[in-house]
Amino acid sequence: MEFDVIYILWLRQMKRYFRSRSRVLGAIGQPILFLLALGYGIGSVYKRAGQGNYLEFLVPGIIVQTLLFSGVFWGIQILFDKRFGFLKEMLVAPVPRVKILLGNALGGSTISLIQALLVFVISIALGFRPENWVLLPLVFVIAVALSITLTSFGAGIASMVEDFQGFQGINNFLIFPLFFLSSALYPLNNAPTWLRILGEVNPLSYSVDALRYTLIHQTHFGIGKDLVVMSVTLILSVAFAVNRFNRIQV
Amino acid sequence: MPNTVISAQNVVKTFGDIKAVDDISFDVKAGEIFAFLGPNGAGKSTTISMLTTMLRPTGGKLMLNNHDVTKEQDKARKSFGIVFQDPALEEELTAYENMKVHAVLYGIPKDEQEQRIEELLRLVDLWDRRDSYVKTYSGGMRRRLEIARGLLHHPKILFLDEPTLGLDTQTRNLLWDYVEKLSRHEGMTIFFTTHYLDEAESVADRIAIIDHGKIVATGTVKQLAKQTGTNTLEEAYLELTGRGVRDETSLSNNGLNVRTALRNRNIR
Repeated sequence: MEFDVIYILWLRQMKRYFRSRSRVLGAIGQPILFLLALGYGIGSVYKRAGQGNYLEFLVPGIIVQTLLFSGVFWGIQILFDKRFGFLKEMLVAPVPRVKILLGNALGGSTISLIQALLVFVISIALGFRPENWVLLPLVFVIAVALSITLTSFGAGIASMVEDFQGFQGINNFLIFPLFFLSSALYPLNNAPTWLRILGEVNPLSYSVDALRYTLIHQTHFGIGKDLVVMSVTLILSVAFAVNRFNRIQV
Repeated sequence: MPNTVISAQNVVKTFGDIKAVDDISFDVKAGEIFAFLGPNGAGKSTTISMLTTMLRPTGGKLMLNNHDVTKEQDKARKSFGIVFQDPALEEELTAYENMKVHAVLYGIPKDEQEQRIEELLRLVDLWDRRDSYVKTYSGGMRRRLEIARGLLHHPKILFLDEPTLGLDTQTRNLLWDYVEKLSRHEGMTIFFTTHYLDEAESVADRIAIIDHGKIVATGTVKQLAKQTGTNTLEEAYLELTGRGVRDETSLSNNGLNVRTALRNRNIR
């Protein structure tokens, strides 16, 4: 009984997702493009500069990108529900809001995990091999934690903004900088100081680093520091989502 | 007064410096059909939003089925069903799935869910279309589905916010016939808003007229007519609310809808 509500809301998200195939494909198109264009385009230069295999370096970053974009974009779902009314149906139901948020956010993070898994499988097809297959469960745990962080973040933001344009603005001024100013695309140790500092204060860099450590055994911060930062971000993000979602008035 | 199921006492709702609802009080008795009328922007929807726990009143007290709406939200929520002004269905789900989600949200026991969903879908004549996606439904079908959904958990009170907007005459008649039946046979309390005065005149036991956030009159059709020295509800209504045209805007807000202005100003 207690989990029924969370389950049915999660199920609704899943049904929505699988019923629109274009969404499944659309959401992984961009990461694949990055993987192909950058992986092959920059790969040879990267190698010549003595940095090793760029595709290997890039895959963890692209997985984070997939989780970031699909997680935060999923927040649009809440805007959608606000606009087209289903949010009202959920909010007047005799159910604590935390449960409503949880059911929806778990749906969102399941979706972004599926997309990340697809990207991972494609990168394997492109020749990517994890350093140590035994660490894959840890990779999964990191991805789950990150996806919950990011969907919560998306849900929190969507609870605050009123329309799609507002969300678009956040996308341009928050999500893209978060991604490009992280360690997802380039190593921080060779970056100019200002870029390195931006990368180091960006919490997303630590998730990239954690995945890079578990997948290809490279790390900038050290896995311990990565996990601490990730945990703190997870807690803050969920608290932010709960706080904002509780204030929605429709 | 155990007989009162909806009670508002000195309810106020302000958005910034705008008073959308300005000190209103009214009681609705069990089994009554109560119409809430008023021009655009008078405060009807804001009142329904407060009664149904979507908006918090700035002041005053609202009771539903003897539960304080702000303090015992869950109990208050269990006691009403609502048909929203704008459809609130999940389009990517089928009608049956929409009903199922509602059943779970309202904690209807598992072994009763199927039977009740079938009963209600048959009642609104949608059983044959239960497995079609709601996005393929017409406006009238959606309304019917929403009504079935609003009744699924056997609420004591049913709120209908402009339920007949955009419906054809056949569906309108069907809806009101059914609503009257619910009230007469099951003792359900009905609280509705509408812009069609003929509906209020023929269906409602009592009517409240709200304008500029204040209730300007309450009573039966006869009482309202008598009070204003007119013959019909329409004349009484116009007498009470004036003949000027309203939009849901106010000059103090650069002509924006009050709620939109509120959102833009980010007052929460």
